[in-house]
Amino acid sequence: MDILNPAFWVFVGVVAGIYGLLALALYVQFSMAGLPNFGHVAFMALAAYTMALLVIRADVALVWAGVAGIAAAVALGLLLGIPSVRLRANYLAIATVAGSEMIRYLSTNLNLTGGAVGSVGMLGPTHFATYTNAWQPFIESITAALRHAVGSVATTDFSMFCLVWVTLGLLLMLFRRLERSPWGRVMKAIREDEEAAASLGKHVEAYKLQALVLGGIVGGLAGILWALEIGVFSPDDFQPTLTFYAYLILILGGMNRVWAIPVGAVLFGVLYSGTRFLSFFPLSLVDTGERAYLRLLIVGLVLVLLMAVRPQGMFGKREELLLEK
Amino acid sequence: MLNEWHMGSLLLQLIYNGLVEGAILALTGLGATLVWGIQRVANFAHGDYMTLGAYVAFLLDVTWSTNPVVAAIGTVVATAALAVGLHFILLRPLRGRGLVALSLITVGLGLVLRNALFLVAGSQPRQYAFNQTAVIDLGFVRVAPAELWTGIAAITAVPAVAAMLAWTPLGKTMRAVADNRDLAEISGIDTDGIGLYVWIVAGALAGLGGAMLALVQGTFDPNLGFNVLFLILTVVVLGGIGNAFGALLGGLVLGVVMEVSTWPPFFGGVPTQYQPVVGFVVLILLLMFRPQGILGRARVL
Repeated sequence: MDILNPAFWVFVGVVAGIYGLLALALYVQFSMAGLPNFGHVAFMALAAYTMALLVIRADVALVWAGVAGIAAAVALGLLLGIPSVRLRANYLAIATVAGSEMIRYLSTNLNLTGGAVGSVGMLGPTHFATYTNAWQPFIESITAALRHAVGSVATTDFSMFCLVWVTLGLLLMLFRRLERSPWGRVMKAIREDEEAAASLGKHVEAYKLQALVLGGIVGGLAGILWALEIGVFSPDDFQPTLTFYAYLILILGGMNRVWAIPVGAVLFGVLYSGTRFLSFFPLSLVDTGERAYLRLLIVGLVLVLLMAVRPQGMFGKREELLLEK
Repeated sequence: MLNEWHMGSLLLQLIYNGLVEGAILALTGLGATLVWGIQRVANFAHGDYMTLGAYVAFLLDVTWSTNPVVAAIGTVVATAALAVGLHFILLRPLRGRGLVALSLITVGLGLVLRNALFLVAGSQPRQYAFNQTAVIDLGFVRVAPAELWTGIAAITAVPAVAAMLAWTPLGKTMRAVADNRDLAEISGIDTDGIGLYVWIVAGALAGLGGAMLALVQGTFDPNLGFNVLFLILTVVVLGGIGNAFGALLGGLVLGVVMEVSTWPPFFGGVPTQYQPVVGFVVLILLLMFRPQGILGRARVL
């Protein structure tokens, strides 16, 4: 593929924006409330599956199916409240990653969810199930409107790009305000010293639950946008590595800088997609079919190196780093 | 009548399989629990150490056609060397970074190892040079040659490791540090220097476990160890973090329970594809209600 092909980079931008949303959801839970969720991708999976199932099997309107998907993610957030209150960081990390793998495993094996083929198999092997019938005309109408404004650059991916990044931008502004509000300050106090915050009469558990719910909403939204962007999905689209992409985005930008998330997301997008184009030696030894492995190898390597050398990320402050605890 | 006899022999077969799988989980879980308890690393790359062992064994057994014992020794040495190398290059310089940070690092390390194997060895399923169709009748169960070898390895390795932990100075030292680091330190134990031995044991056992797992499964690919990572973490928690005997026992129990749960007279039997879900549920419930493990006593974790 041509490195200068704008259509490709628009797609990369969409993906980066959606991962950015996932990273923002993680930010609320991990950077603000100090809860290391290693199974964050479960929010995406649950919301996407709920939405697709309701549209395909119950003929629910897409909007309400989407709302239900986010509600399912919120329910998962509340469910996570039980281990989050009981468990210390490391145990919570393992419990959450096991939980997300359980969701992926069940969706691979249940007939209801279409098994390993995913959303297209939700009506059984003889039907081709789709949940995007109502979405296509909507995104086309946006594209038509954008075409008036910016000309032929506007494609459906371009519309999606605008939609995702406007959503991300608005949410970033919202969370920045939240972080500076009294609510955000209590959250920070809890992250730094739970007992101290509790001794001042703050209801620590309620705040943690609020962070889990907020993370669930944004994570669920990321899952629904992702499902709409790719059109069909399967359990393989919700691999545990996705959670660690979100961590990498947080670390790239700065673990405790909410406005650094888009920077991290763009860097991650370039890093992740850029490997498709690097064809000089020794990378030329790797054929295109194996590039996916190379990409994951590089993601892992960057994660290790960043954590080792600059865990606070590009813009973070080391003193505020909860990872040191 | 015939059916009852059949169910009985099926149960014996499941218990045998469960003990072999349990021995694999016990040996790797033991390494993981020592690493977690002594080195304060929840090693998310442990499964990939196993996979690497399986591929070294493949290289020795198939590519260079050495005999199985040489292949096993070579595997154990190679994975121990890898574990020690990563300890000195990466994990030791970063000690004290906090459990979550180190977990993220081992997640990244696992990604690197796994995908490097995909690139170098390819994604096609591999199998060892064992006759997969031959059957050996042991009287109570009938096993394939590969299962016999893993059975022998399990019967030798588990008691040997238990004896090492119980009676040798190194075993006692490791258990002491895992149990109470401060107390061990003021008794004159070099709690930093012991890391080398912990990683030798953990790496060697992960390599052996990986090769055994590959043998039991028949075919394997670079996801081999990652697929059982959560079972290993379950074993660690089941036995109580840092509790070496707990991990050995926990591994054997988990292996047998998971196999026997598929036995039809047992509530109709759990369908095999849901076996891992049983493991996940056990792990989550344990973490929430008994994080100190089945043998552990409650204390601040």
